[in-house]
Amino acid sequence: MNQTRNLLDDALDLNNNNNGGQVVVIEDCIETSGALGCNLAMQRESERFHFLDMLSMHCPDEEEEKLCEGGLVSLYEKIQKAVEVSSSTEGNKNSVTIMIDDISLVEVAANVSSNHVSDFLHYCLTLTSDFGCTLVILSHEDVYSSMEKPMLILQMEYLADVLIKTEPLAIGLASDIHGQVSLLIYFLTVVNRGRYEKRSLKTKTSNFQFKIRDNNVECFYPGSQT
Amino acid sequence: MAATKTRTSSFSRNPSLLNSSHTSPGLKYGPNGSIFVSSGIPDLDKILGGGFPLGSLVMIMEDAEAPHHMLLLRNFMAQGLVHSQPLLYASPASDPRGFLGTLPSPVLSKDDKLRAHDSEQEKGLRIAWQYKKYFGEQQPNLGAQQDCKHEYCSDFDLRKPLERHFLSGQQISCVSIQDLVNLTSFHEHCSAFLNQIQRNDDCTSCIGRIAIQSLCAPQCGYSNMDWGMLSFIRSLKSMIRSSNAVAVISFSPSLLLPAFCKRWQHLSDILLSVKAIQDEDKELAKLLTGYQDMVGLLNVHKVARANTQVPVILEATTFSIKLQKRRYLTLECLNQAPVDGASGTSYATSGSCSGSSKTGALDF
Repeated sequence: MNQTRNLLDDALDLNNNNNGGQVVVIEDCIETSGALGCNLAMQRESERFHFLDMLSMHCPDEEEEKLCEGGLVSLYEKIQKAVEVSSSTEGNKNSVTIMIDDISLVEVAANVSSNHVSDFLHYCLTLTSDFGCTLVILSHEDVYSSMEKPMLILQMEYLADVLIKTEPLAIGLASDIHGQVSLLIYFLTVVNRGRYEKRSLKTKTSNFQFKIRDNNVECFYPGSQT
Repeated sequence: MAATKTRTSSFSRNPSLLNSSHTSPGLKYGPNGSIFVSSGIPDLDKILGGGFPLGSLVMIMEDAEAPHHMLLLRNFMAQGLVHSQPLLYASPASDPRGFLGTLPSPVLSKDDKLRAHDSEQEKGLRIAWQYKKYFGEQQPNLGAQQDCKHEYCSDFDLRKPLERHFLSGQQISCVSIQDLVNLTSFHEHCSAFLNQIQRNDDCTSCIGRIAIQSLCAPQCGYSNMDWGMLSFIRSLKSMIRSSNAVAVISFSPSLLLPAFCKRWQHLSDILLSVKAIQDEDKELAKLLTGYQDMVGLLNVHKVARANTQVPVILEATTFSIKLQKRRYLTLECLNQAPVDGASGTSYATSGSCSGSSKTGALDF
């Protein structure tokens, strides 16, 4: 159990500066599930869980674009209110996580206006800097990989501080190992050299294999599972 | 946080959906408070760990070369009618009601269904080199004839049409989706159907089944509204999830853009696909046993995880569809033919034992 925390938390806590907010993008495909994503985020989340059902979110027809934009606006307003309430009562700003499961449903709900969806994402991003909360976005990589102009996913990958990709094992199915996950973490290193600071963007890649259990996700290095 | 809790599962759910004293034969209770509904195919129920969970959306990917998805749909619908469950059937045909005449009839007597192996077992010593085939037959044969209504999953005789008394006096609704300009009216129809189910207090009829055949068929008026169809599926999924119903949708992946096809697949809770097997495929005949009896292949891509996050790992994901005695639909694991010692090619072609969905249908 402790090993799980160490591996993932070590990887993810690297960017835990006082500014708080991180953006985590989790990409999955049909063979592996986003349950991993939810589990990862839940490990660090506070007790309160506000759930906004995106399956039943209703947006009017394609013709009425303004109203549909309104659908996303109201969703954002709900999220913002929830975050404000949580961070004011909790007292600890860094413990709020916004989890979007998943972004392709938001696209369907918004009836395709991907501009509106990316605006929505940018607005959610502002919450990370204003309130110091973490934004976790679940997306399906295989949906976008066959598109010619996968704008949305490229934008998300660009904005992400941490990119987590889950894939099935290359060799097929296994009951012990549910898949492999690769983490790509972008972080700024600041080096103080007397009169000036040098900032550089570095990346760190980690590859684990994982097994999903009822309460958590167990990550381990390939070959080390006993 | 999670480590300190002593519960074995993160989820605890009361099976309060139905009073346990009214155990309906159309339902089965599974682990983690899940409730299953039979698919109408005993082998498929076993593969999926009980059946279709209530509230799930099942998608079947069709093969344009063979109508095997109809077999699955027919059994699903017939099972619902045998249990007096309300049914909504939609298809691109101009008269979908006619399809009801092709539904199979349940087998009443178990004697008909005795497998041929039983008689073989008396023959004496046999070399069982594919021993997994024989595990299932160890179960004792139920001597008494059971009324099909009291069985969770009936065996259906595909050659015999469903008796009329199952079709009359039932809540059966047939909708043609051919001339629809958009899916709004059909969506309302589904919504009304599901609302009607919940109001019924009678236990046996409070489970609904929705079967939609070839949702993206080109003759339908809305078929080029990619996002419209996706939006319909999304809202159907949300309605089903909060109701006592199961929906089965079949569609042909070749008629959708790849990105949309993936989106449809992601929306499903259970994802199956059927593939045709060509007659006289010599390579396949060499590779598999029982090739001559196979009608097609069934692939299980995704299995719903009811109230748990632990994924279901199946021993095999590809099964052969066979018609026993040309009547009964069975699904069997693929068994590799014995390797011809002279040519070592079989080892090269056989990959892992269980199918990886990334590879083609023949690569199991």
